[in-house]
Amino acid sequence: MTAVALASAGSRPLAGTGVLLRLALRRDRVLIPVWVAVTALMVLSMPGTLESLYGTPAERADLLRGTAANPSFRALIGPVFGDSTGALTAWRVGVYAGALAAVMSLLVVVRHTRDEEESGRQELVAAGMVGRRASLTAALLAAAVANAALALLVTAGLAGLGVAGALALGLGLAGTGMVFATLTAIVAQFTQSARLARGLTAGLLGAAFVLRAAGDAASDDGSSALTWASPLGWLENLRAFAGERWWVLWLCTLATCAQAAVAYALAGRRDVGMSFWPARPGPATGRLGTPGALAWRLQRGSVLGWGTGFFLAGVVYGGLADGVTDLVGDNAGARAIFERMGGRSGLTDAFLASMSGMLGLVAALFVVGSVLRLHGEETSLRAEPVLANAVGRVRWAAGHLLIAFAGSALIMLLAGLGLAAGHGRRVGPLLAGCLVQLPAIWLVGALAVLLYGVLPRAATAAWGIAGAVLLIGWVGPALDLPRAVLDLSPYGHLPKLPGGTMEWPPVLTLLALAAALTAAGLAGLRGRDVAG
Amino acid sequence: MTKAITVSGLRKSFGRTHALDGLDLDVETGEVHGFLGPNGSGKSTTIRVLLGLLRADSGAAQVLGRDPWKDAVEAHRRIAYVPGDVTLWRNLSGGEVIDLYGRLRGGLDPRRRAELVERFELDPTKKGRTYSKGNRQKVALVAAFASDVDLLILDEPTSGLDPLMEEVFRRCVEEERDRGRTVLLSSHILGEVEQLCDRVSIIRNGRTVESGSLADLRHLTRTSVTAELSGPPDGLADLPGVHGLEVRGHQVRLQVDPGGLDAVLRSLGASGVRSLTSAPPTLEELFLRHYQADAVREGAAR
Repeated sequence: MTAVALASAGSRPLAGTGVLLRLALRRDRVLIPVWVAVTALMVLSMPGTLESLYGTPAERADLLRGTAANPSFRALIGPVFGDSTGALTAWRVGVYAGALAAVMSLLVVVRHTRDEEESGRQELVAAGMVGRRASLTAALLAAAVANAALALLVTAGLAGLGVAGALALGLGLAGTGMVFATLTAIVAQFTQSARLARGLTAGLLGAAFVLRAAGDAASDDGSSALTWASPLGWLENLRAFAGERWWVLWLCTLATCAQAAVAYALAGRRDVGMSFWPARPGPATGRLGTPGALAWRLQRGSVLGWGTGFFLAGVVYGGLADGVTDLVGDNAGARAIFERMGGRSGLTDAFLASMSGMLGLVAALFVVGSVLRLHGEETSLRAEPVLANAVGRVRWAAGHLLIAFAGSALIMLLAGLGLAAGHGRRVGPLLAGCLVQLPAIWLVGALAVLLYGVLPRAATAAWGIAGAVLLIGWVGPALDLPRAVLDLSPYGHLPKLPGGTMEWPPVLTLLALAAALTAAGLAGLRGRDVAG
Repeated sequence: MTKAITVSGLRKSFGRTHALDGLDLDVETGEVHGFLGPNGSGKSTTIRVLLGLLRADSGAAQVLGRDPWKDAVEAHRRIAYVPGDVTLWRNLSGGEVIDLYGRLRGGLDPRRRAELVERFELDPTKKGRTYSKGNRQKVALVAAFASDVDLLILDEPTSGLDPLMEEVFRRCVEEERDRGRTVLLSSHILGEVEQLCDRVSIIRNGRTVESGSLADLRHLTRTSVTAELSGPPDGLADLPGVHGLEVRGHQVRLQVDPGGLDAVLRSLGASGVRSLTSAPPTLEELFLRHYQADAVREGAAR
């Protein structure tokens, strides 16, 4: 048995790991620092926000009572274990920062394992002085470097609130990241497609979130078996800043080591480029016959995924709406934030309107991703042979744009239906609240079309636009930013529904702008060279 | 309409690089036209202008009697294109891509498609990401040869194909010619062009340096002569058009311009010929001579 294991690993199985690790870190020199910085900023900005919201002991006691009494709120964020600023910070961001660390780890690991194999680059690497386990080891080490950097930043940044708590939260986040890094390493052995590996691991992360949410809804101290079944639940049960249970970190360590061992064992039993689930053959003849059908075939998975996610998010937010009044109670600060986000007509409406607005903001990411498929098709040289057929550029682009614009309408419609289903009533107003986001979403999409058509080299800057809009929309109300800044985002001009009054002029202006920018982008595409 | 493609004085720059610098190209309807040039000489840029993917800075181009930029869609109905580097969608099968391309053109002959899939030994059920380079190339070739079009534009189409498949490819091109279709075959593989093409255009640095039928071009180049004589050769070195003369005893090797061949044969005959071989110039020699000459000139200019 040992002999077999040795034979499968070959001689010097780790040869070349150092070089590969340097290569991985060099390739990730933007991805890792940006991701770590954003996650750390999210954590480190929280104490200030919380102190302004829940400044007095009475307000904190209210919050503790509120979460203890409200299962749906516990499901969303988790139970609170203490009323210190540190404990509240760990409660408010812990699960989400942990999820961000998990996504970062999964991206890094897939990028340096399955992506490399799928692209065929791994063959070139493996033909060098590289041991059979070097690539996987380098990928896991790159994830470890990223998670260690996050732990360091969080520990240093929160040390003022208590060194032990800061260290526990930092290590907890890094531990969660590594659990998902090694889980990704296992999943990557099973599929031949990097995209599928990412999707499956993200699905497992979603399942971990749902398990924890269900466990926390059932118990107010994190003791449910469902919570313990989820790595995200371990993070909360670490109880940073509230009597740290250090032994929980051993769970992360054990899981990381066990999963890594499984991944190595699996990787040693397969050929480079192959997987345990062989790729299924497709049809020998096809029915695709138009550029629109092709665009739908390429984007349908994404539309269905976003639609499902938006519907479920709607159900959760809709279900929370009635409890919000109890939770926010007399807290003037929290009430002011919701009113700035959602309008002044009662807290329930303000909450529903602000959640519709949140989903509208997130939909900017969908529309940009969908529009930039055009850019991806062009730069990968797949657009060239399509355009060499009897297909005009505008017709080709229209297929993808139809999915981007109609797809945003579809996912917002589903979000509205979800809100109505969760809330249990008022289908019309809730649908209106979601659909009224469309002019702003479409304007962001239209800016992406304009960039792609006129300045194709700068097309990916559209992600920056979506990011800026998200930042203004999320952080703006909490920081009470000046009107001039909020007005920069198209979302700032939308009427707040339900609750507010429908105002047509800004909506029509945004629609007209979106149409004009899209037309300008398409005109630019018609007049320029196709990349080759 | 007798010309499938006419191009004159085509110019295209990318920033400071002049990719095309006054290129001319004429392709007659029904011929297989070789488009020869080293890497980076502007072959693909020309093709991309002909497909309306790039807009020329100046110069005139017509494809099937249409302006490739303004009438791109109508022109493309009668054109099938095979790029040198085929990329496929990872989640679509080869068969789906063949049928998609067929429908996006003038249509597809299903019998011909089935026959081509068989001849190229292509498995059409595999997904895009699992094909090797040669197999991706076959997907594009089957789609092109099975399409109902008048003009095939093939940009280094045999890269990645093994010799057996290259042979299948050559037969397919010959069949296309027999059906009266026009083929523009860009290549740097001389053997392929020599076997298949009626006429060739040779380009270098974005300019056409030579164009004509193979016979025309051979006319421009030298014949190699090797002879064994019964006596010592006499006066060969002084004849006009003789190059690279090597004399070893009674053995003679030389190259001679077409105009000097007659005089060389007389002079050899005067010394008594025991054996004689003469080889027509290959395209390879023609090609090498062109580029070497240019390279030498450039080297001297530097």
